[in-house]
Amino acid sequence: MNTCATTRIVGTPVPRKEGVDKLLGRARYVDDIEMDGLWHGATVRSSIPRGLIRSIGFDRKVDWNEFTVVTAADIPGQNHVQLIAADQPCLADGKVSHCDEAILLIAHADKQKVREAVNSVRIEYEPLPPIFTIEESEEQKIVIWGSDNIFKSFLLEKGDVESAWAKAAHIVEGEYRTGAQEHLYIENNGMIAAYSAEKGLTVWGSLQCPYYVHRSLVAVFNLSEDKVRVIQTETGGAFGGKEDYPSTLAAHASLLAMKSGHPVKMVYDRMEDLAATTKRHPSRVRHRTALDKKGKLLAMDIEVATDGGAYSTLSSTVLSRATLHSAGPYVCPNVRVRSCSWATNTVPYGAFRGFGAPQAIFAVERHMDEIAVAIGIDPIELRRRNFLHDGDTTATEQVMREPVILDKLLDRALTESSYEEKRARFARENRHNPVKRGMGIAAFYHGSGFTGSGERYLNSLAGIDVTTEGKLRVLVANTEFGQGTNTILTQIAAEAIGLDYNDVIMAPADTSIVPNSGPTVASRTSMVVGRLIERACAQLIAMLSEHAELDEQFTTAEFFAACDRYRAAKGDVVSLCRYEAPPGIFWDDQKYRGEAYPAFAWSVQVAQVAVDTVTYSAEVEEFWSAQEVGRVLNPVLAGGQIEGGIAQGIGYALYEKVILQNGHMANNQMTNYIMPTAEDVPPIHVYFEEIPFQHGAFGAKGIGELPHDGPAPAILNAIKDAIGVSFNSIPLLPEDLFAKLSTPQTLEEPTAV
Amino acid sequence: MNKGWPTIRLAVNGEMRAVRTPAMKRLLDVLREDLHLTGTKEGCGEGECGSCSVRMNGELVNSCLVPILQAEGASIETVEGLACDAELHPLQKAFLDCGGAQCGICTPGMLMAATQLLAQNPHPSMAEIREGLAGNLCRCTGFIRIFESVIAATANSPGRTTEQATDAR
Repeated sequence: MNTCATTRIVGTPVPRKEGVDKLLGRARYVDDIEMDGLWHGATVRSSIPRGLIRSIGFDRKVDWNEFTVVTAADIPGQNHVQLIAADQPCLADGKVSHCDEAILLIAHADKQKVREAVNSVRIEYEPLPPIFTIEESEEQKIVIWGSDNIFKSFLLEKGDVESAWAKAAHIVEGEYRTGAQEHLYIENNGMIAAYSAEKGLTVWGSLQCPYYVHRSLVAVFNLSEDKVRVIQTETGGAFGGKEDYPSTLAAHASLLAMKSGHPVKMVYDRMEDLAATTKRHPSRVRHRTALDKKGKLLAMDIEVATDGGAYSTLSSTVLSRATLHSAGPYVCPNVRVRSCSWATNTVPYGAFRGFGAPQAIFAVERHMDEIAVAIGIDPIELRRRNFLHDGDTTATEQVMREPVILDKLLDRALTESSYEEKRARFARENRHNPVKRGMGIAAFYHGSGFTGSGERYLNSLAGIDVTTEGKLRVLVANTEFGQGTNTILTQIAAEAIGLDYNDVIMAPADTSIVPNSGPTVASRTSMVVGRLIERACAQLIAMLSEHAELDEQFTTAEFFAACDRYRAAKGDVVSLCRYEAPPGIFWDDQKYRGEAYPAFAWSVQVAQVAVDTVTYSAEVEEFWSAQEVGRVLNPVLAGGQIEGGIAQGIGYALYEKVILQNGHMANNQMTNYIMPTAEDVPPIHVYFEEIPFQHGAFGAKGIGELPHDGPAPAILNAIKDAIGVSFNSIPLLPEDLFAKLSTPQTLEEPTAV
Repeated sequence: MNKGWPTIRLAVNGEMRAVRTPAMKRLLDVLREDLHLTGTKEGCGEGECGSCSVRMNGELVNSCLVPILQAEGASIETVEGLACDAELHPLQKAFLDCGGAQCGICTPGMLMAATQLLAQNPHPSMAEIREGLAGNLCRCTGFIRIFESVIAATANSPGRTTEQATDAR
């Protein structure tokens, strides 16, 4: 099915749906909302990483009668944040498991007074010994979670890894580490809550997943579902950071609203947001790889360990995606992946664009370059010899039924970047230049949508209705936070019905209005939810032709006239569709085998770096990214997704370091947590190859997370090319370069047996 | 309690305003809370992200770092003053067309920084655009389409060089 040539709106760069409001400064983010009688809430947090709460003291100089104070004892329902497991308390009750854990909430009409009151609460602890690293958690000398510190483990096995070592011409081992990464959305987390006995709870906030928040509030307040209403406000960036944390903040604001009788606003400042909310999981990945003498992969034995922080949150699903991306886009007959997520006494790690894949892909793509050196093959050639192709199977034995064009993407990326010519030139020039240049690549896939049976469990419902003002309206719980949900879904609906883009609007992301179409995560919105909208549109046309005399060919006026006739005869004009898995999708959760994802997006990226051997700074000078993401629904938005993801990936590799001191983020400011600026981001060249995916909306697959997966390994591979020294850990800061380069040569060559 | 508060007079987007407020209240808060101009955003509160950028007497400032006393008698321009009636400012139009805004939270500050840049240098080179916007963080776009937006906004004015047209990428 090739729909590329036949669409009017899909595939065109229509302007962002809510763009004008954003440009005029009139889009309403949570902190822009005022209400009568609004109070301000703040949080008293733990100052130690682990311990028992002995006492909570209130400074007598403060007139506490003016304030509303909430503790765990005020929680009417269950004291936990409802996510996958129920281990994380909404408010600490008797003990704390990480620094900056919420213990007490305070509200007052005066924002300044609330801040002062927070500093007038004194908490006495009986400290318990904390653990901060994967290694300490693995030792299990101190057990802080469950019986073994393990949130989740997976075993993925294909073939028999053990049988391969004896036959191997080469065995190459390596260990790779990634650090935490902060989302650094420019809008901090924020929420407003209001409560009345009659209406129940209403919350407005910066969030990705209205129904996650809804479910959590139902549990915390023991309310019926119809007494909880969640409304997303304009959201200033999320990147996964507003997937799970808003459930906690919504509960906090709601507890204060219920007890104070006022609507309560809680908006974190930057320091609180950085210290107390989730980040990307740190990881350690070990590879042991067997190859034959031609450089074909015989066996990949992979161990993935992630640091999950103090509570389980989303660690199991992040680990799952890491596991399923750890073998890279390669064919290998024998694969074993043993993965484990460990508890530590740090703020829980959570969802962040890529969701485990960037960690796993950093390891495997760095490792491929190490293998190339160890066995004396060019890194490009090594990849070519092992790429997945149509009909091959992945590590989960998923057959590649859709076209796989890695070779084409690689050719494009190499040609556009003048890779070979530049490598040769840099090799000549580097000898006489203290600034050493190099080229590096990464090849990878990113699974679109939820893992395995995930989309089946979600069972999403989405659709459209027609308003009495004559607009087609998209009904989804999927949210806009910059990535383009509003634009893409209205494009799809306009295309599918045959209307103008301006005839289609988004319903507000309000749980009292829109059905549960699942969370806005996992690169699923365009492919999965978009497909539901496409189907709902076809269903609406069928309804109208059956019940309201809509002809096969119709004008916009005829369409809305038919809607009026339908409404008069049958009531609201609504068409909803529920998710149906593409045929032939089978996933075995126990054996971790089968169709891991309904579709994969593919990419090859090339980085050109310059390493200054005088200042020890490394910078990316230029970047190329070729990808196949199915049909590109909006080229401007798609390009923006790729470029933005690459910029975050560059930050992940070279700039962004979370420094923990006793489990507290010590650099919780934009002054000292550094992301790439306008002067740091290199020219980025983006190339799409389009192969429509028949089960995605107008051929779309996932796009949002893919670009973040590749920059870190591509950049570190380029650094190796530039200076001949391997670095296997990110972030790689100038001090790390200095530490290794200033020491007389102890080049760590990869182990080759 | 507000007896000791001074009355501060300032022009905001061409209109004279008077606010009675603590002298050390941030210009950012006066704009957002007293004058209800919520287009100006707070991202970090320490002058690093530039989301709160406004123009003050023709200079770009982080309004989170300006005590209101310092703005006495000043002329302030915010994002709300850019568009002329129903007509988007050329920069706003370019940001819309080129994809210069994604989540939109940095956009008001970015637009003010770009306005300042073009006021001083109507035809900036790529390096000058990068430098001019370096105090404004955007986490969504990777900046590339913001650079293109700025170039597009200058496209129809005279004196544009070919180098500008081609060096965005």
